[in-house]
Amino acid sequence: MQKIGVFICWCGSNIAATVDVKKVAEAALREPGVVFSADYQYMCSESGQRLMKDTIKEKGLTGVVVCSCSPRMHEATFRKAAESCGLNPYMVEIANIREHCSWIHKDIEEATEKAVILMRAAVAKVNLNQSLTAGKSDVVKRALVIGGGIAGIQTALDIAEAGYEVDIVEKKPTIGGKMAELDKTFPTLDCSACILTPKMVDAAAHEKIKIYAYSEVEKVSGFVGNFTATIRKKARYVNENLCTGCGLCTEKCPSRKAPNEFNEGLNTRSAIYIPFAQAVPKLAVIDPAACIHFKTGKCGLCEKTCDAKAIDYNQKDELIERRYGAIVVATGFNVIKLDNFEEYGYAANPDVITSLELERLMNAAGPTGGTLLRPSDKTHPKKIVFVQCVGSRGQRPCDKPYCSKICCMYTAKHSMLIREKYPDTEVYVFYIDVRTPGKNFEEFYRRAVEQYGVHYIKGQVGKVAENEGKLRVYGSDLLLNEQVVIDADLVVLAAAIEPDESAKKIATMLTTSIDTNNFLTEAHPKLRPVESATAGIFLSGVCQGPKDIPETVAQASAAAVKVVGLLAKDQITCNPCVARSDELLCNGCSACEKVCPYGAISYMDKEVNDHGKREVRRLAYVNEAVCQGCGACTVACPSGAMDLKGFTNKQIMAEVDAICR
Amino acid sequence: MTDLQKQIENIKRISGANPEKCMRCGKCTAACPNYSEMEYHPHQFVYFIENGQLDRLLKSDSAFRCMTCFACVERCPRDVKPAKLIEAVRLTLIRRKDSNYLKPDEIPQKIDEDLPQQAIVSAFRKYTK
Amino acid sequence: MSVENKEFKPTIVAFCCNWCSYAGADLAGSGRMQYPADVKIIRVPCSCRVNPMFILRAFQRGADGVILCGCHPGDCHYSTGNYYTRRRMTMLFDFLDYLGIERGRTRVEWVSAAEGARFASVMNDFVKKVRDLGPNRKITDLRCKPVEKEGE
Repeated sequence: MQKIGVFICWCGSNIAATVDVKKVAEAALREPGVVFSADYQYMCSESGQRLMKDTIKEKGLTGVVVCSCSPRMHEATFRKAAESCGLNPYMVEIANIREHCSWIHKDIEEATEKAVILMRAAVAKVNLNQSLTAGKSDVVKRALVIGGGIAGIQTALDIAEAGYEVDIVEKKPTIGGKMAELDKTFPTLDCSACILTPKMVDAAAHEKIKIYAYSEVEKVSGFVGNFTATIRKKARYVNENLCTGCGLCTEKCPSRKAPNEFNEGLNTRSAIYIPFAQAVPKLAVIDPAACIHFKTGKCGLCEKTCDAKAIDYNQKDELIERRYGAIVVATGFNVIKLDNFEEYGYAANPDVITSLELERLMNAAGPTGGTLLRPSDKTHPKKIVFVQCVGSRGQRPCDKPYCSKICCMYTAKHSMLIREKYPDTEVYVFYIDVRTPGKNFEEFYRRAVEQYGVHYIKGQVGKVAENEGKLRVYGSDLLLNEQVVIDADLVVLAAAIEPDESAKKIATMLTTSIDTNNFLTEAHPKLRPVESATAGIFLSGVCQGPKDIPETVAQASAAAVKVVGLLAKDQITCNPCVARSDELLCNGCSACEKVCPYGAISYMDKEVNDHGKREVRRLAYVNEAVCQGCGACTVACPSGAMDLKGFTNKQIMAEVDAICR
Repeated sequence: MTDLQKQIENIKRISGANPEKCMRCGKCTAACPNYSEMEYHPHQFVYFIENGQLDRLLKSDSAFRCMTCFACVERCPRDVKPAKLIEAVRLTLIRRKDSNYLKPDEIPQKIDEDLPQQAIVSAFRKYTK
Repeated sequence: MSVENKEFKPTIVAFCCNWCSYAGADLAGSGRMQYPADVKIIRVPCSCRVNPMFILRAFQRGADGVILCGCHPGDCHYSTGNYYTRRRMTMLFDFLDYLGIERGRTRVEWVSAAEGARFASVMNDFVKKVRDLGPNRKITDLRCKPVEKEGE
């Protein structure tokens, strides 16, 4: 018989205001096995834990139930406390009477009644708990970073600096991501390339970092400390070891009509190309969709031009398998497609552009060499209208419900740069709110208004229509309470950002969760912002939520620290709640083996003593280091031999009985 | 519940719209093709109803100036449906007892030679009770 | 009938996957989203841990409804667990139907860790359905229940 102690936490007034904790403590004493019960203001506090430890020692408790917040919050805390005074940590169970009870109910009587039932279920479970011992497994001392933007680069650099190997897998031919496309950065107006490219070079030169550019992660298996990833290295049709990046082939290539991704499609590039001058790795790549050789079998000019003999039309995709201890997701973002926003006429008018396109139009390495010209007739725009919150903060199917966070600041930056370079240009910004929470952000925005004379109009644009070579913008000025009409030369839309489309696939591959907007979910919104709910998977950058560059870099370094913390361990503790087969019940039917997603179950012939009858039988055997404890096999087992430690059939049924009593 | 609250609740019920969802962007007014004809604009309908200033709307003829083109409903990023709110204000006015929008003795002055007889009759039916 | 339903407080067992819907329920809690106290949650490592036997046991012991929440298809923490759940429960619910236990008393829902509001609305809806159905008397082991007075 167990000797169980029940501790009820007030959680200040969080629980005590709606649950009569005294009543729960009294009710606990009537439960079988309970020898002690107490309520305390904050069980998780130092003194709360001491109360628990002292009672375990004094009363010789064999099991503990803590009625408090979610086990996802403090289960580990209380288990550690129990362990420190000699009680097996898996003899502690939590009854969640905060998130699942006091916070969602208002009626005290009703909430107390529910708390008692939840306590009863936990006591019923602890009565059947058994001491469990966690196994250990080795940690592979290498990390994988998926995505080679500023987030991925920073994470990789920090991990490598700590002395661990890192692989960056980037799906584009070069690392650098979106930041490489930017002209200047707010609020300091630093040149984006000047601060990013040294980091790209550092990453490429670092002996601990290996960059798989133009590659994608195809499959991931394993678990924390021991993942195996299959990386597909897409065919570049250029031998990486021979190509010198001289760029001669790109000049000679006769096919020059492919849209240039790096310039957001504002100009074209050749079929064999190097994405941009500072690309890392600086290697040519052939786009087979545009290449004349791939389409007709003729041409071959690049092959003839290349002195290094690097062109290889027969190159095939390569599959590489590597083992990792930790994985960081840094897949970044894209600007949303604006085809469904007919009111702004993005698809119909070349002079309606997104802010990222403007970024390229103002960049010295961009299609116009840094001179701001309208895409349609290559003239200087004299009147520019910026529209904020395009696709952000909306509830229509084409909208994103969240704030994209960076648009207010980059629009202030754009308007400021334009007014500085072309003082004769009038700039109007239609805004709903100007959000500038960040160091020196508000000052930056005020400078745009006060120093540079940018016209900020509180209101939104309802329609953009072409009118005699100009764009007629119908907006509202809510402070004047008037509809305003502006004939603009250029309209710039601050389009919402969304997670890269690969995020969803990767989240599924890594069995970590994503939210309704396809952002990856962090383990805890406040306290574990860079970890995913899946152990060993970390988040870096915009894949977790909209962020600007400083925040991205901060999060990237934070993720790196978490990775280093994991890789620094030689071994990690496994989850002891794994499946176990009862030798006397198992009939060796293989049903469990078929449902196991990890291949943790194998069979062996073993002699058993079944009530005095000795015979050799085929029995299921669970590899505890591989089993993750999902419990699929326990249900598949027809003879009821398979059970899950920590969540045994008897324990769950005891909980059911306690609830239905 | 006061009369005003009841009226506002009724407007929300008839329109099926929720003015609290508004984030005050003014896109409805920006999209309104009949802006210059209206004393109060679509965003003001939303704000006044949310704010309990229904009287101002009921005193104005703006509700009848709305062409119900639904441009504001189409454009609203927050799904507030301003045109439906305006329609509900219009219905509230029409359904009000003892304050007919059109009195029979006012009709002779309003008669236009070109106006078909049927239009006058239907207008009379629509705006009186 | 309606009077009886108003007073009727069903017993509802919710099996929640530790990785998604249990966290979703936590999120509903921290967002203070109300749902009836009739719902009592049991934490399981994965929805596929739920043996059909547990559900039968719940009905036998007097539960009026059982809901099983797992990760959205494709998002299972253990890659495939929720697919097993879906198959097993489809079969079990057919079987329960055959026994005369109304379909409304059983349900499988996919609720992710980020869907606190959805968790609350699913529970509200489910409890309402079960309340409308009234007490479950079909396979309840009456020996487990306190004696009800005649005519009440």
